[in-house]
Formats: sequence, C-alpha cells, structure tokens
Amino acid sequence: MKKKNIVIGIITAILLIVSLGVLQRLLMPKFMTGIVEGSLVEEYYQEKSKHDVIFVGDCEVYENFSPITLWKNYGITSYIRGSAQQLIWQSYYLLEDTLRFEKPDVVVFNVLSLKYDQPQSEAYNRMSIDGMQLSMTKINNILASMTPKENILDYIFPILRYHSRITSLTADDFKYCFGKDKVSTNGYYMRVDVKPAGVFPTPKKLADYSFGANAMKYLDKMTLLCKQNGIKLILIKAPCLYPHWYKEWDDQVKTYAQKNNLDYINMINLVDKIGIDFKKNTYDAGLHLNLSGAEKLADYFGAYLVRNYALKDHRGDPSLDKIYNDKTAFYNDMKQSQIDEIKRYGYLKRFLVK
Amino acid sequence: MLFTSYNFIAFITLVFILYYSIPKKWQWPLLLVSSYFFYFVAGKEYLVYIVVTTVSTFLVSLGIEKLRGKQTDYLSENKDTIEKEDKKKYKAGIKKRQWQLLLGCLIINLGILAFVKYSNFSIANINTIFKITGSSYQLSFLNLVLPMGISFYTFQAVGYIIDVYRGKVAAEKNLFKLALFVSFFPQLVQGPISRFSDLAATLYEHHAFNIHVVSFGIQRILWGLFKKLVIADRILVGVNSIIRNSGEFQGAYVLVGMLFYAFELYADFTGGIDITIGIAEVMGIRVKENFIRPYFSKSIKEYWRRWHISMSTWFTDYIFYPISVCQPMLKLSRFSRKHFGDFFGKRIPVYISVFVVWFATGVWHGASWNFIVWGVMNGVVIMISQEFIPLYEKFHKRFDVEGKFYYRAFQVIRTILLMSSLRMFDCYRDVGLTFKMFGNMFINFGNIFEVFNGGFMKLGLTGIDYLILLFGFTALFSVSLIQRKGSVREFFATKPTVLRYSMFGFIIIVILLFGAYGVGFDARQFIYNQF
Repeated sequence: MKKKNIVIGIITAILLIVSLGVLQRLLMPKFMTGIVEGSLVEEYYQEKSKHDVIFVGDCEVYENFSPITLWKNYGITSYIRGSAQQLIWQSYYLLEDTLRFEKPDVVVFNVLSLKYDQPQSEAYNRMSIDGMQLSMTKINNILASMTPKENILDYIFPILRYHSRITSLTADDFKYCFGKDKVSTNGYYMRVDVKPAGVFPTPKKLADYSFGANAMKYLDKMTLLCKQNGIKLILIKAPCLYPHWYKEWDDQVKTYAQKNNLDYINMINLVDKIGIDFKKNTYDAGLHLNLSGAEKLADYFGAYLVRNYALKDHRGDPSLDKIYNDKTAFYNDMKQSQIDEIKRYGYLKRFLVK
Repeated sequence: MLFTSYNFIAFITLVFILYYSIPKKWQWPLLLVSSYFFYFVAGKEYLVYIVVTTVSTFLVSLGIEKLRGKQTDYLSENKDTIEKEDKKKYKAGIKKRQWQLLLGCLIINLGILAFVKYSNFSIANINTIFKITGSSYQLSFLNLVLPMGISFYTFQAVGYIIDVYRGKVAAEKNLFKLALFVSFFPQLVQGPISRFSDLAATLYEHHAFNIHVVSFGIQRILWGLFKKLVIADRILVGVNSIIRNSGEFQGAYVLVGMLFYAFELYADFTGGIDITIGIAEVMGIRVKENFIRPYFSKSIKEYWRRWHISMSTWFTDYIFYPISVCQPMLKLSRFSRKHFGDFFGKRIPVYISVFVVWFATGVWHGASWNFIVWGVMNGVVIMISQEFIPLYEKFHKRFDVEGKFYYRAFQVIRTILLMSSLRMFDCYRDVGLTFKMFGNMFINFGNIFEVFNGGFMKLGLTGIDYLILLFGFTALFSVSLIQRKGSVREFFATKPTVLRYSMFGFIIIVILLFGAYGVGFDARQFIYNQF
C-alpha cells in the first residue's frame, strides 16, 4: 500500500511539474506582434552557424545594423545580441552567454548604455533576460539587473511573474505556446517605414557627466573577457539623433578606448560619410534607423571591419551559403511583407501595441 | 517577512528541515532561535520590547510562584499552631504582595503597548482639545514604530501572568521556554492569542516526523494561502475602489463595498490563521482554532463566540469576569437593586462590564476613534440583542419558525449584514464619514440598478476576477458545509490516494495561477497584523 502511495505521489509530482511547465509556456508573453523586441534574445539559440562579429547593446545596435548586408557585401557573419534598453551588465552577460557557444573574432559594443549605472525597469529587464537559457550567466545577469522590488525566483520560475496573465491570455499565447515564429534576422529588428527626423529638445545640462562606477566596472569586465578570449572589442556610438550623446561622455569613452587600446567609433560624426539621410533613413524621427539606414550603416561598417580587422569573406562556403540564402530569403520576405502592409494600411500594423 | 513572501517560504522550509533533522531535545530551542530571527528580520529595533515583556513576565511569575510556595511552606509548618485569623491575615499579606507584583508587571507590559501604540493617538486628541479651546499650543508627535504583533504577544504574556497569579498554571522556570511561548513566530503576526495551558506542553515536547501530521499541516497552509492570495487580495481591489472613492461610489455601492470588505477580512484573517496553525502543525504543534465558521452564526453573540475566539475569550476571562465580580461592581449591583429594582440591579453591572470589554476591544484593535466606536457599537448591539430576547421568544411562540431552514438563513444573513455594517468603521477614514456612508447606503440605494448594469466593472475587477472570486467563495462555502460534519482533511483522508494527491496538485496550481502576488500586485500584510 505504501509503495503504491509513493508511486502515485511521484506520478502526481511529475504531472504537476509538467502542468506547471506547460502553463508557464502559455503564460509567458510571446512578443510576436507589437513589442517584438522581447523575442530577440531567445532567437539566438536557434543559430546553426558561428559568427565573425557579435554586436551587443541596446536598440542602437539591433535596429541600426543589417547582418544580411554584412553578409551580402562582405561575407561577414554576424549576430546582434541586443534588446530594448539593454543595460551594460546585460550586454556583458549576453556576451558571456554567447561565448558558451562560439568565439567571434570581433565584439561590437554600443556605448549608450554607459549612462545607466543602476537597474532601471523590470519590463526592459524581462525582455533582455527572460529569453536567455538558464545558466550561471543568466543568474548573474538577474542578480545584476533586478530592481529593488524584484525577486530572482520570479526570473527562474517565470510563472510566478506572469501568473496574472491568466486573465488576459490572447490567441497568440495559445498559438505560440510551443513554438514561436522568427521576428528578426540574426537579431536585427527590421523597419521599412519612414518618419523623417524631427526637432529634439535642447539637451539639458547634467550635474555630473561621469559614467557611474558600476557601468564602468562592466565595461572593464567586457574588455577583460574579450582579451581573455582573444576577441577584438570595438566600442561604437551608433548614429542616432536622440537621446543626446554628450561631448563629455564621448571624451570619457575616447580616453577609455585609448587606455585599453580599443577602437572607438562615434558614428554620429560620420553620418554624411556613411550617407545617412535622416529625412529618409529613419522610421521614428531620428531615434533609430530604418532598413535603408541600417543597410547603409552595415555597408560602411563592413568595409571598416574588412579594412581594419581582416575578417574573412565566407561567401562561397557551401554550408554558410545555404544558411544565409535562407536568412536572406526570410529577410526579403519580411521586407516585402512590411512594404505590402504599409501599402495596405498606411503604416505597420504589426508593431502597434494593443 | 510576509507569510506569503518567498523569503518566508524559504525560511519556514529551512526551519522545517532542521526541526526534524536535529535531536528532538533541540527542537524547541530551534523554534526560539527561529522566532527571534523572524522578529529580528521584521525590525531589530522591535526586539527590545519583546525582550522586556518576556523578562518582566518571567521574573514576576517566579516571584508570584515563590510567594505561593512560601505561603504553602509557612502554613504547613505552622498548621497546628496558627490561628484562623492569623492564617487569613498571612494569606492576605501574601496575596497583596502577589497583587503588587502582578500590577507592576501589567504596568510594564501594558505600559509598553500603550506607549508605542497609543501615544500619538493621545497626542492627536489632546491637540484637538487645544484647538477647540482656542489654544494655539500643539504637542509634537513621537517618532514611534509599532512593533510587529505587539498586541498579540503582550496579551499572551498578560494572560500567562494572570493565570500564574490565579494559580491556574505553574510559573515556567526556564526563561527561554517562556520566551518561546511569548515569541512563537507563526503566532507573532496575527495571533491567535494562545494560553500557556494550551500551548506550552505541545510547544516544548519532542515531535517525531509524522507524514500524516505534516501532510495535514501543509494542506492547512495551502488552504490559508488560497484564502489570502486568491480571495482576499483579489477582492481587496474592489474594496479599495469603493472606500477610497466615497464621493463616486455611493448608495448601493456602499453595500457592495461593505460586503466585499466583510468577505475580504474573513478570507484574510482566517487565511492567516490557517497558515499559522498549519505551520505549527507541520512541526507537530497544536494551536487552538480561532474561528468556527463565524458567518454561519445566527446572532451577534454567537458570532463573537466563533470569530477570533482567542481574543474574545481573552477579554471575557481577563476583563469581563474580573470586572463583573470585583468589589466595587458587587457594591454597585447591591446599590442598583436597592434603588432601581431587580431589573436594573441585574443589568447595570453586566452592561458596564460589557461596555468596558467592548471599549477595550475597540482600543486593542487600533489607535483610532473608528475602532473605539466600532467596539462600543458592538457592545451596544449585544446589549440591545440581549434585551430583545423576550421579544424573540414571544415571536417564536407565536410563529413556528425556529429551526426552519428559511428562518435560520434569515438569521445568518441578518448577522452577516449587522456585523458587516459595523465593520464599515474599519473602512472609512473617520467616524463621521462612516456614519455618512452608512446613511448614504439607504438614501441613494436607488442606484442598485446601475450597480448591476455594469457598475461592478467600475471597481477595478474584471469579469474573470469575479469568476475567480465566485469559484473561491464556492470553495469556501463548500468547505464550511463539510466542516459542519467534521474535519475536511479527515474527510479527504478517506478518499483514494489519487484523488487526494490530485487535490494537492490542483490547489497548488490554483494558488500559483490565481493568487494575487508578485510584481504588479501590492504585497499586502495581513489586515490583523496592524492590530
């Protein structure tokens, strides 16, 4: 009798765990429409090939560089490990996570997030962390990122966080419970719409322009991690008109780069050279580039990489050709579908947040 | 550390594992260390109060016991020689010294409680008097933090010392054992107010791991979490919408708010007590029940025998009876009988005692006039009910309704409505507004159609929330119905293992999915913690 009870107990426990697992998948936000950025981080784990270049950073990387252009024009394989308002420690841990799978030749880090020294927002944390596979790196990322009201258990068992979504589930939650569509090409968030740059408020004077100690600590850690793994780290500031990038901030990054023998490119100064026209190449009035802008920027940056880092041209490699042909087809399909959507509705309906 | 927090769950799991892993003689010391750790985490500045209460109670109880021993020794040594008169005198002398010790202890313990809980309330009232009398002088408020559970542990300690004084229990000789009785952590948050005679033995004895007992304890904890997280904290949104927007939600909405609060309070408080009793049970410790389905009561008197039983009996035993039989009251009784006749002679002392008890109950609940008026109103309603008894009897003789289902249902609903309307004093910010909203409920009741025509959706709760609440209340009601016939857990224990384990799994899933916890929900302390 006792044995029977133990067996029933074990079966019940297994069924309970499986049920909770299924419910957790159902309850987690799917990010298939609207804010699709929430899906970017987890898509990396589906990659079938390694990459020469890994971009880490916030929206200034995942919206501004087209990996397909890098491939098409230079044969460079690249991936963007970015998410919305990704903080520097999140970039560091995503890089550490990436190194579990591959060792790229070059890592490109966008420096805008240096302005944040402390955790900012649970919503953005979630978009950066939830998609990561469970590992010590993820746990360290959680610990570094949590705002005071958050709890690590809510990240490790997301059902504890998202349980309240039970009352607001949508058809997408059921549709994508066990498998999601891809929303990016190698982490690139595509937008084909155009909204010319507007006028931005005059930048406010800051009381203190120094980057915080915590942010700088993670920049040091990133530099060290790259050195230890024989990876070349490039610091960039993407060519965005807003938020304002202060000269004082720029000087600090320049000094840091010199001190650590790193390249730093402030692309705001290279807008004309790259050929970006903020009347046509941005979809949100100058905050981010649209597809045409991202392709221009990737083309410029690809040439820079080839020139300065002697990256190998992989075009002609049959296995990579096949992978990138598929990726290019997906990229083109997405581009066409967005163009069609704009023709039909006058705007990109898929990104509307309901 | 909230009972519903991850930290507490981790804490209690660790205590549980250690409790059954260490030699049994270390079980109660482990509970003491755990209790003090729990208290330390809640606020290290609170520790001094509980330590003072414990040490003073311990020393005084030993003093009282020593005097009792001294009296016994003296009387037995001199039993052949001592005169009756001298014996009486000696006893009176000892009693007086014991009384002085008791009084000192009460002054210390109740003084601490009064100081930390009521100083600022007193200052506010004095300032109001200054203002009314035209004085511009105002006293400054004190920067005091109310120590967690102070009302509960103080009453527990006071109950103990009075019991020692009365000779009902022997004084505990081990300071640390008494410290555990006063600070036992599951009870610290919101009671119940245990008696030494009920708790001590089970608290200090050795407990072997028993799967049946542990399983029952876990079931009780889960049931408590269900009540708190699924029902209380969900309906709270609706309660807050109504009471915080008294200008917008009037008439029938006030009735809805009143009933919502009554059920929130029930689910919150009984849920917390279920967790308390469950935690104790998991460790083999039996804590007395604090509720017996109070919303099934047919009268206010019965309700107070079934709601927060440990508090009601505490006030009865340590305030009502002593006042009723004290010399001045007996004198008053004789005086009243002589001058006003038997009718008033019988009632005046009883009603004075009732008034004092309910005034004290109100004061105990919180430093605010709302609670005091709530307490007094309870007393008034009980006294009126008492006076109505002959009328009821006549009615019952005239109409054969007593015991009939519909009449019992009427009595139960009447009691719920009456108690809920008194609980409105918990909700609104001051006494004036409470009376105003109570009146408004009747004056503007015409908007009842609006309430049922989409009004419920204005309260911050969605249709799904209402469905969850309906499910929750159905579960509560069903369990209460089963409880009338016996223990629910025993009832399920007789069912097939598959069904029992499935129930376990089901309730865990329901709590995890439908509980109002985590980010997006305001982690809420139990309502009674603030008392």
